[in-house]
Amino acid sequence: MIEVDAIDHALLRALQRDANQSAGALGRQVGLSQPATWRRIKRLQETGVITGRRLRLDAEALGFAVTVFLGVKLATKGRVSLEDFERAVSAIPEVQTVEHVLGLYDYRLRVVARDLSDFERVLRRRIMTLPGAGDVEANVLLSEERRPGPLGGPTE
Amino acid sequence: MLDDVDRRILRQWQADPWLSPADLADRCGVTVAKLARRQARLQDDGIVKGVQATIDWAVLGYAVEVSLRVTLDKTVGRAHENFFEAARDVPEVIEIQTFLGRVDVRLSVIARDMAHYQHIYRNKILTLPNIADIEALMQVARIKSNESLPL
Repeated sequence: MIEVDAIDHALLRALQRDANQSAGALGRQVGLSQPATWRRIKRLQETGVITGRRLRLDAEALGFAVTVFLGVKLATKGRVSLEDFERAVSAIPEVQTVEHVLGLYDYRLRVVARDLSDFERVLRRRIMTLPGAGDVEANVLLSEERRPGPLGGPTE
Repeated sequence: MLDDVDRRILRQWQADPWLSPADLADRCGVTVAKLARRQARLQDDGIVKGVQATIDWAVLGYAVEVSLRVTLDKTVGRAHENFFEAARDVPEVIEIQTFLGRVDVRLSVIARDMAHYQHIYRNKILTLPNIADIEALMQVARIKSNESLPL
């Protein structure tokens, strides 16, 4: 864990909105010089606070009208290799995220599809046929909101 | 609408948003000037909504992430709206999603450790309005998280 202050928080909030801003523009927002801002961003990247960048695409405009979250239970725990399941599920292009979870399900998947019949095809042909896949629960995403997270200041 | 060049650009750009314009143009087999024109158009058309930095909350000391699946009491008026308004005020909530299915709403909640999580859960989550039922999934590991579209 690394120490970050209120200025780092402000920079992270700004970069979450738009990662393509120049150090100069960011510096003006937080009241720092361009070199000082650049050094802080570099530190946030080198320490792994900023893990990367993501291109935000309009999935619907690109023809992906349906997003479904799947809870997947493994059928025969102990006999299935988790690594095999994870490798196979991660290789499916329509599967956007894979999380290993504890609780009602073993894995949580985010799946995109062109429409519901396309989703059914992905589910039947690719997901239900995975090694070890058992019970599946599907919830169709209606809306989604990402929040900035606890970046209000150095302390709460 | 989109042609093969646009799709090639989106595929490569999505796969590696850190690439310099020169490298990205090279991978797509177009000139830097053409790439810039296409990127500008994709953004103007709203297909590319932006590039955002992703944060590793664990590095910032938030080691716990829990997915809370909430069923709302729909007999109450404005159940969804009131719940959302209140959930947005909890800083540790990093995602709010609504669903068609068994689950109405899902919240992603982060916390420093289990004691902190318990504090948030009791004082900030269970106090949210109109909750009928709540179920927790604790995240053990993120196996894939790039959220790429299969273009």
